[in-house]
Amino acid sequence: MGATTETFYSVIRRQGITRRSFHKFCSLTATSLGLGPVAASRIANALETKPRTPVIWMHGLECTCCSESFIRSAHPLVKDVVLSMISLDYDDTIMAAAGQQAEEILEETRAKYKGQYILAVEGNPPLNEGGMFCIDGGKPFVEKLKVMAEDAMAIIAWGACASWGCVQAAKPNPTQATPIDKVITNKPIIKVPGCPPIAEVMTGVVTFITTFGKLPELDRQGRPKMFYSQRIHDKCYRRPHFDAGQFVEEWDDEAARKGYCLYKMGCKGPTTYNACSTVRWNGGVSFPIQSGHGCIGCSEDGFWDKGSFYDRLTTIKQFGIERNADQIGMVAAGTVGAAVAAHAAVTAVKRLATKRDDAKQDH
Amino acid sequence: MMDAVARPAEAEPNLAAIAADAAGEHAVGRPTVYVYEAPVRICHWVNAFAIIVLMVTGYLIGTPLPSVEGEASASFVMGYIRFAHFAAGQVLAVFFLARILWAFVGNHHSRQIFYIPVHRKQFWKEVLHEIRWYAFLEREPKMYVGHNPLAQTAMFTGFTLFVAFMIVTGFALYSEGTGIDSWQHKLFGWVFAIWPNSQDVHTYHHLGMWALVMFVTVHVYAAIREDIMSRQSIISSMISGERQFRE
Repeated sequence: MGATTETFYSVIRRQGITRRSFHKFCSLTATSLGLGPVAASRIANALETKPRTPVIWMHGLECTCCSESFIRSAHPLVKDVVLSMISLDYDDTIMAAAGQQAEEILEETRAKYKGQYILAVEGNPPLNEGGMFCIDGGKPFVEKLKVMAEDAMAIIAWGACASWGCVQAAKPNPTQATPIDKVITNKPIIKVPGCPPIAEVMTGVVTFITTFGKLPELDRQGRPKMFYSQRIHDKCYRRPHFDAGQFVEEWDDEAARKGYCLYKMGCKGPTTYNACSTVRWNGGVSFPIQSGHGCIGCSEDGFWDKGSFYDRLTTIKQFGIERNADQIGMVAAGTVGAAVAAHAAVTAVKRLATKRDDAKQDH
Repeated sequence: MMDAVARPAEAEPNLAAIAADAAGEHAVGRPTVYVYEAPVRICHWVNAFAIIVLMVTGYLIGTPLPSVEGEASASFVMGYIRFAHFAAGQVLAVFFLARILWAFVGNHHSRQIFYIPVHRKQFWKEVLHEIRWYAFLEREPKMYVGHNPLAQTAMFTGFTLFVAFMIVTGFALYSEGTGIDSWQHKLFGWVFAIWPNSQDVHTYHHLGMWALVMFVTVHVYAAIREDIMSRQSIISSMISGERQFRE
């Protein structure tokens, strides 16, 4: 690793790819993207001349599940991403350099590629006590993050931690763990939520940026549209059972064996935006619902604080008691109903009494 | 009798002449006022019907019916329930919008449910009077041609605001299915800027349903009660449009 000005072309040549194959690749890419014949030579030119995008990968409060996921990417293989497509200059978890040597790379990249490198952040900074809950290289992580973010082209917020806060930001959030977009407000931030995000989604985002030299189109929440514009529910292979009204009523019942919809078991597919039901996991082998368990909504904001993963209706804690909307609503509506009935009864009694009084006065 | 009417000038009832019948008995001509114009009445009943459909189907979306047997392709239970909910929701939205537009062209009663005259001291005094009347502290109710001040407050908060909230969150949730390129998402997607996790929007939409259940309970009760106690027509007014004052 280390700072480099290598191009994509020089790297693949070193890996034994011929110039002929390289041009075939460029033509194929241009064709598959629906571009004209001139585009092939333009792509070739870009890959021969443009330096590979330097990427700095930092780790805040996290569990490394994003990295674990990332290194298992099958399409493209992560080795191709790390070794040829990007120039992963710094990743303290998987890099060879350590200590002072490693920290120097940060400074070097920041100076050499001002405004050109991608800052990938896994985890988030805790802000409480001046950021003391996450010390990285002798300094609070939040300071390191701010410094490196200053000269970055864009920031990738890996996983639910960096995007939303995840478990360390779950109530009561003692360390005040804060998602990246609440700390860095002056840079484009791509949220790639999930706990962890799907490997192919991660490498897909990186591939897009290095290939096109720009950020993918983002939705309102800052997530790449190509992976996060639809819910698990929209592309779930069990959706026909949902529409038919066929649900698993309890674990291991006949419906569970038949593979019915897990809606009543608290599946969060209807409120979760991710690509699990299309891309799936472990090289497309399966995903939670296919394995018989509902989606827990791990790519959604505050998914730890919405009550049980196995309840359909969200637990509401605002009233000091743990109830769902129906329980609260029924109590409230019942109270109103009882109040109305009581009011009607009092009205009737009053009316009778008044009539009797009037009758007496008449006599 | 008419001293407490909100706007006496407009509220002048066509006091029918007191006629005598053949036997010399006086037939009392009941004074009536035209309050609710046809569009208001149509909107009222369409919305009432839509809200009932929405409540039932909405509850069943949150808590679905027991599973059906057989091939998935042979039934469409959840599909029909959701269709009914979405259809009724769009009907409600259209008629609510129509009702807002009518407030601009209709009589002043058609505007009552869209505002509370917070700055008018007299209004709050009369609200207090109404509260006292409902708390059995006043012997005689005041009579109003349109909504009484307390009713107006209740209609504005309990109906107008809540229904607007339900329509906005409803369309936002609907846009989850129609996709981020849909007009529903373009118009109502900002809801997810406030609550990024749509699970929260589902919960608030669900609580809104219960708030409307409470509103309907009170609304129907108050209408029936006032009809009997205040000696003025309430329920039939929403059908004929005319408010009749009884002695």
